[in-house]
Amino acid sequence: MTRLRRWLYAAGILMLCAWTLVPIYLIAVSSLGPSGTVYAWPKQFAPGGLSLHTIASFFAINGVWHATLMSVETAGICMVLSILLGLPAGYALARYTFAGSDAYRLVIILTRAFPIGILALPLSVSFVSFGIYDTPLGVGLVHTALALPFAVLVSSSLFLGIPREMEEAGWVFGCSRFAAFRRLVLPLAVPGIAAVAIFAFVISWNEVFAASVLTLRNRTLTAFLLAVLSESPLHVQFAGGLLLILPSVLFIFLVRRYLFAVWGVASR
Amino acid sequence: MAAITIDAVSKRFGAVQALETVSLQVRDGEFVALLGPSGCGKTTLLRIVAGLEAQTAGSIRIGARDVSHLPPRARGLAMVFQNYAVFPHMTVYENVAFGLRMAGAPAERVARQVEKAAGLMHIEAYLQRHPGQLSGGQRQRVAVARALAVEPAVLLMDEPLSNLDALLRLEMRSELKSILAQAGTTTLYVTHDQTEAMGLADRIAVMQAGRLVQIAAPLDVYRRPRTRFVGGFVGSPPMNFLRLPVADGTARLGALRLAAPPGLGGEALVGLRAEDMLPADEADGFRFDVLVAEPLGAHTLLTGRHDGQPMRVVWAETPQPGTALFLRPAIDRLCWMDPANGERILPQP
Repeated sequence: MTRLRRWLYAAGILMLCAWTLVPIYLIAVSSLGPSGTVYAWPKQFAPGGLSLHTIASFFAINGVWHATLMSVETAGICMVLSILLGLPAGYALARYTFAGSDAYRLVIILTRAFPIGILALPLSVSFVSFGIYDTPLGVGLVHTALALPFAVLVSSSLFLGIPREMEEAGWVFGCSRFAAFRRLVLPLAVPGIAAVAIFAFVISWNEVFAASVLTLRNRTLTAFLLAVLSESPLHVQFAGGLLLILPSVLFIFLVRRYLFAVWGVASR
Repeated sequence: MAAITIDAVSKRFGAVQALETVSLQVRDGEFVALLGPSGCGKTTLLRIVAGLEAQTAGSIRIGARDVSHLPPRARGLAMVFQNYAVFPHMTVYENVAFGLRMAGAPAERVARQVEKAAGLMHIEAYLQRHPGQLSGGQRQRVAVARALAVEPAVLLMDEPLSNLDALLRLEMRSELKSILAQAGTTTLYVTHDQTEAMGLADRIAVMQAGRLVQIAAPLDVYRRPRTRFVGGFVGSPPMNFLRLPVADGTARLGALRLAAPPGLGGEALVGLRAEDMLPADEADGFRFDVLVAEPLGAHTLLTGRHDGQPMRVVWAETPQPGTALFLRPAIDRLCWMDPANGERILPQP
């Protein structure tokens, strides 16, 4: 690469990183600083000090703690269901060739093309009749539908990475199919499964539209913040923003290797 | 210990016929090598015997039991895979003990068998290590020890030495041969390396395109191949095949007149091994023009032509390329083939 190209390339990367990191940094500085920081103007760039005052007063607001618990519950349901449904599907895709497997892979990715905000409206009608409207289970089910494509494809690439010969050796030496899976494949797949679980959790944690439409009193944190954002004081906005960003950023960073596998990028 | 009876087994994958009605009997305690080029169906046949693939037709019996529809774990066999398939998350001890533990053997029997198998394969020093810390050759020993530890009635091996380097392969071959001979285990061994098959097997079953072409003791397959394919595949260098004109029941090879078998048209196909040539003169031999001479240490491999047909000769000296040698074949080692279908014309009784 010529020098100019290299400079342009570096500048592009720098801008991309800045685009993402600077807002996170600013939010972090304001929410983790001493109590006056949030209201200071102009906003400080360098951190003034470290204090959990803003976060604490955020949790003191009525309804925030409940909303956080709802978010955790919903994300938990999404995580468990994605694993329970996604792993067997991924195993089938990895180990068996069957008519329609390629079509299935395509279709399951295409489900993400549906605009979830619009789908949520008719869904809320059905949920009311099923009695799961305004419950973590209802929102969890919708989030599971969002997370399943990734669960299926990531676990499929996971099982492809574990040689079939290992299970066959298990079958020859006394295991039933399920015993071979449990004893030989699962221990090797655990890191990847953890990644799928974390990714499902993060998808659910971040989701805003379906959560807003499908809940009323048991709002998730995202839905809660969306509803009260315009009328809330500054420290709610900053602390809430940080609380929503941080888990996602952390978890995605931890599981990035497995996400690359979905897109076919090998990274060690 | 048990005999394996493969009875008219055929296998079809969609539109592809991988095996065409193969029947084979492996006697109790015998070592049979399935030898053939890639894609001939030997691994498919082994996997059908193991129960990892289901046959389209035919049956498999191990001992007196019909195991055709039993899962692998119920067939009483052990298998060594080409890529070893040792379990990376278990120690070597746990790997070798795996089959015994799954069968529910008591702890001291497990310990005893693992010690014995580890001793046979010289892996006692690695028992507490994980496979990731071992070399390829050591992992292969673990795979074999795992199979031996369960003292199977039948042992199946799918090209277990093909991933090892040449020297290691040689060592492992002789070790395997002595261990299996002592244990008396009935073994079915798949390989594409004819040296391995020659060195290890009691009988070699040569396969081509899903069919069993010849099954006989190694030296019989070597000296009396049933088809041109077998002659060309077994033995290094491959058997030479020369087309000779036939007139009045005699084939003409240079100055030699050989008694041709009856029933041939104007042409005969004769197979002769590179090392079955003796020196001669122009009056009582045929001419061989040397093109390339490769000194291999123990002997020299000469590549050249007789009467325009390519040929190889194993020779003691190293003549210059372009030299003409006069040779005569050892008459008792000639194999006459039918030029139309490449099948051996059996000698008259």
